[in-house]
Amino acid sequence: MAKRKEKPAMLDRYRVLDLTDDRGAFCGKIMAELGADVIKVERPGGDPSRNIGPFFHDIPDPEKSLSWFAFNQNKRGITLNIETKDGQEIFKQLARKADFIIESSKPGYLDKLGLGYSELSKINPKIVMTSITPYGQTGPYSTFNSPDLITMSMAGYTFICGDSDRPPVRFSSDQSYLQSSLQATVGTLIAHYYRELSGEGQHVDVSMQESMIWTLCYAPHDWYLLRQILHTREGSFWRRLGVTYRLIWPCKDGYVCYRLLMAQPGAEVMNDLIASMNKEGLGENMKGISWTTLSFTEVPQEQINEWEAEIGKYFLLHTKRELHEEAVRQKNVIQPVNDAKDLYESPQLAARDFWVQIRHPELRTSITYPGPYFKSTETMWQKGHRAPFIGEHNDEIYEKELGFTVEQLAILKKENVI
Amino acid sequence: MKTKYALEGLKVVDFSWVFTGPIVTKYLGDHGAEVIKIESATRPDGTRLMTPFRPGAMGLNASGVFANFNSSKYSININLREPRGKEVVKKLVERADIVLETFGPGVMTKLKLDYDELKQVKSDIIMLSMTMVGQYGPHSQQPSFGQVLQATNGFVQLLGWPDRPPSLPVAAYTDFIAPWYVLIALMAALDFRRRTGKGQYIDLAMLEASVHLAAPVVMDYTVNGRIQNRMGNRNPGYAPHGVYPCKGEERWVAIAVAADKEWQALCNVMGNPDWTKSPKFDTMLHRTENQEELDRLMGKWTINFTPEEIMSRLQAAGVAAGVLQNGEDLVDKDPQLKLRQHFVEMDHPEMGKHLTERPPFRLSQTPSEPQRPFPSFGEHTEYVCKEILKMGDAEFAELIG
Repeated sequence: MAKRKEKPAMLDRYRVLDLTDDRGAFCGKIMAELGADVIKVERPGGDPSRNIGPFFHDIPDPEKSLSWFAFNQNKRGITLNIETKDGQEIFKQLARKADFIIESSKPGYLDKLGLGYSELSKINPKIVMTSITPYGQTGPYSTFNSPDLITMSMAGYTFICGDSDRPPVRFSSDQSYLQSSLQATVGTLIAHYYRELSGEGQHVDVSMQESMIWTLCYAPHDWYLLRQILHTREGSFWRRLGVTYRLIWPCKDGYVCYRLLMAQPGAEVMNDLIASMNKEGLGENMKGISWTTLSFTEVPQEQINEWEAEIGKYFLLHTKRELHEEAVRQKNVIQPVNDAKDLYESPQLAARDFWVQIRHPELRTSITYPGPYFKSTETMWQKGHRAPFIGEHNDEIYEKELGFTVEQLAILKKENVI
Repeated sequence: MKTKYALEGLKVVDFSWVFTGPIVTKYLGDHGAEVIKIESATRPDGTRLMTPFRPGAMGLNASGVFANFNSSKYSININLREPRGKEVVKKLVERADIVLETFGPGVMTKLKLDYDELKQVKSDIIMLSMTMVGQYGPHSQQPSFGQVLQATNGFVQLLGWPDRPPSLPVAAYTDFIAPWYVLIALMAALDFRRRTGKGQYIDLAMLEASVHLAAPVVMDYTVNGRIQNRMGNRNPGYAPHGVYPCKGEERWVAIAVAADKEWQALCNVMGNPDWTKSPKFDTMLHRTENQEELDRLMGKWTINFTPEEIMSRLQAAGVAAGVLQNGEDLVDKDPQLKLRQHFVEMDHPEMGKHLTERPPFRLSQTPSEPQRPFPSFGEHTEYVCKEILKMGDAEFAELIG
């Protein structure tokens, strides 16, 4: 393959101090892939989020966590104990020259150490400091113990997920930390835009609960306007305004996602699907229907069920890949319910060179990571390098940049400061 | 220069519709940017027709979802297929910083309003096209919408019970990932332009962006060959970790216990019943092995209380617990959201009172808040043409004639 032409990053080499654990690491990663110089500041011994699986070849090891790799890619790393006086002094030195600080500790923790926004903005009035917490910096819930399941529930998300005959469920992969890290990056860059115009920094106070509320779409507005809870747990179906559609359909090797198209532009492709079904002796009862002009509130539910049953028989005869490829040709909306392997094998992602290889020389291998989510005429998403080892860049930062002597560093090491 | 709002002076021409794009421009508008929403009588933003509507109300200016996603914007009604319509658009682009569009690939080229055309009008324009899977590639011409796309990127596979078909999020989950990526790309592109003087065209794919939120799951496959599946409410490293029934109809509480210390605190709050002393539950590993029985026993305790009672008692003891809040809880009851004023009640001349939501972050120096309620369809056509583009009466009459 021809080497892609290198283009610059969107962001300059802005210095970001990243104090986060797993709840905010994604924010710094996004800044890093846009070109910022992100320094992960870990406690001596390493951040506890290094112990979160899955692990490289299933070997639990703080230098082998795949979620650590994924969310700390392209950062540099130093160790620093900010609970010591020396550590606080060093952190202030770093903050003086930094453009951004991102943190996800309990509200009030950094203030107690003299490293809160009110202190740091005195040292560096242009600093943009972003705090990512479950409920925000103040308020009755701000001190709550709230891992992903709890935040998802308090945001109203868990209530609407799952099967009606079992308790509600959450995604089997933490989402509130990632959603709020994305929102935090938005707020951070808006504050940055303002700083460049005004010369004034800001504190960005992000709530994970509110971040997840932004993914609900309907629930608050259904309640406010109708005084109704329209959605509970609908499993494979979509229920609204008295109509129920199937959305998840079993097929030969898994599931596809699809909704009967009626009364909308594009619904004429129903006829192509029915023609395919006819070839296999199915869908005789669906011929000659004007799908674009049908008003779906007037079609009785039994009729919808009957059509869906016929389509369901057709889907069971084919794989998700076959059904998707036929839908691409027919301009229909069928999508496969993909797992990680399907995603990795997606021809669409391959055609856009989505997957990237990052070298891990110490593991004697390269690892495939998710890659650029945009293409630009002028700039490029930055692949960069693997996540840092514990304290990997201590020398670079403490010795070369801050000018500590080897003797001083030995003392700091012995005192468990770095 | 200090301004009241962070993005004051920023100008946005917005061709986007439905959810993702409008959420992006709402965020920009709520921080003070001028957002001009381009609609046409043949193709108003489809979200205007989306439920919920207040009982008895219908029409283009009454949707609760549209109202939320479109605060702080101007709406103009312009036919993009007419040469005069295109002229108006180009005049708007000439004075703009950002153009956003979310049509299918190729639509802007057919309209002769693609990046090559628009950069002739404004050489440093930042234009972003957001699509489901990107501007090119074998699936780029397949029509799609978020409700089915969320299956493609792997999220549906990860929601529900391992012995059952997957569940589907009620609202298309990927529609609520892409907006933040679009905003990040736009804000970063503005920084690039400030430093280099260069605009750019950005092709952003919802599918690609959303895969990043499943990165560890994907890398477990690319590295270890493992295909992760949905696991109900299980979460390694926590036990109990689940959703339990409470007093009342459809009332539930979530509880997540990470360490022995938290388990002891939970047992104390439950009054240390005999079953908690069983060796089946004395360590994290034992609790994990016996999680089904543990869930059943927990449920027998939780059913005697409201979720609010359990949450406050457990949180006071340091145990992670939270109510499964519904729309009513969020809007009318949650004191945290009230304090942070997440929901803002606004009044629209036609729709009346409705809610719009604030972005989930608060900036210490500049407000994040709706400037005005959503625009009625085409409400600002005259204002934009006459006040912003300085058209004369005759020219304007000719345009809308």
